[in-house]
Amino acid sequence: MSAALHLVVTLAICPVAAHLLVRARWVWRAPGTGIALWQMLAATWVLSLAGVLITLGLDPYDAPIPEALSAWAGDPLSTVTQDVLVAGGLAVPVAFVAVLVTSWFTVARIRRRHRDVLALVSRTDEAAPGALVVDHPVAVAYCLPGTPSSVVLSTGALRNLSTAELHAVLAHERSHARERHDLVLLPFVALRRCAPRVADAVALLVEMRADDRACREHGPEALASALHRFTASPPAGALGITAASARLERIANRTSASALQRWTALVSGLTLVSTPLSFLVF
Amino acid sequence: MLSKLGELERAAMEVLWDSRTPMLVRDVAESLSKRDLAYTTVMTVLTRLASKGFVQREADGRAWRYSPVASREEYVAQLMLDALSLTGDREAALTHFARSVSSPEAEMLSQALADKQDET
Ligand SMILES: [Zn+2]
Repeated sequence: MSAALHLVVTLAICPVAAHLLVRARWVWRAPGTGIALWQMLAATWVLSLAGVLITLGLDPYDAPIPEALSAWAGDPLSTVTQDVLVAGGLAVPVAFVAVLVTSWFTVARIRRRHRDVLALVSRTDEAAPGALVVDHPVAVAYCLPGTPSSVVLSTGALRNLSTAELHAVLAHERSHARERHDLVLLPFVALRRCAPRVADAVALLVEMRADDRACREHGPEALASALHRFTASPPAGALGITAASARLERIANRTSASALQRWTALVSGLTLVSTPLSFLVF
Repeated sequence: MLSKLGELERAAMEVLWDSRTPMLVRDVAESLSKRDLAYTTVMTVLTRLASKGFVQREADGRAWRYSPVASREEYVAQLMLDALSLTGDREAALTHFARSVSSPEAEMLSQALADKQDET
């Protein structure tokens, strides 16, 4: 029973930790660490939810999970409650993977179509080396991930940006492409309905991570003014405004989290994720 | 950066966009005569464009006449709509520089595309 209790506690910690992490501002000074923490927290949640159900179902066998599992599978006398608990527990990670795979295929289809259309109507432009340009007055800059990934700008964006700003934007987008931020975001966007604020928090960390790269290559001034241009003119959505002002603020006072802070965070995350893992494996 | 075939598809598409009427393979080949392409190559290019849903064909006697499914502007609008959509799968499909562009703009684009579709 103590295994189940441990797992219940771990499961209960997850929403509390998520609540704190959504509000945490120090992760903005270490976006990479923040992203890793979110990934570990998500893994902990899935594993401990599965773990609670499985350990409760297998409790009567009084053995480590792998052994109890085979005992249960070969037991003709297991109760319905037991069966439901164990099957439910096993279904949790399966469902999680299924959601990811479905989401991946939908996204891949949208990208393939987008890429095909882009091949017909985009052009290259000396002003934006390495990027594809689409003729449209509304300002957009984005990365179409894949192999190879493409950075795309509208003429609206191109017209509004100075050379320095443009380079900062391109560096930001290339960083999304290089670090495959689309893969980082995929599980959180796929589960957006369960935890919309988590998805937004991770998306913001990804932007900050790309901002850091752009700052390192082209300086904070160029990036900040580019961001201003993108967000100042249109009546932006509430989320966009908050996110943009958070990004602008941290570009203005750039400080990184200390190594001690980062390691403390990572070790706590690892401790959390290892709890359900240890019960499921041993 | 584009493959040879991709570049031909683009050129063929431009010929079709510039034409007011559906074109025979022969007409397209003639418009691309500077490239000195074999008839079968042009045929392949048009078949590929049709399979991707960019061109449609109608029978004209024993030959096919090809025309674009949508105008160049509509395809650009589709790209912009993907880029401006802040929710759902499109959010995961692309990563943006700034997500703050208002969704009214995305709505205007999708409205414009819907109107175009109603006309045809
Ligand atoms: Zn970005």
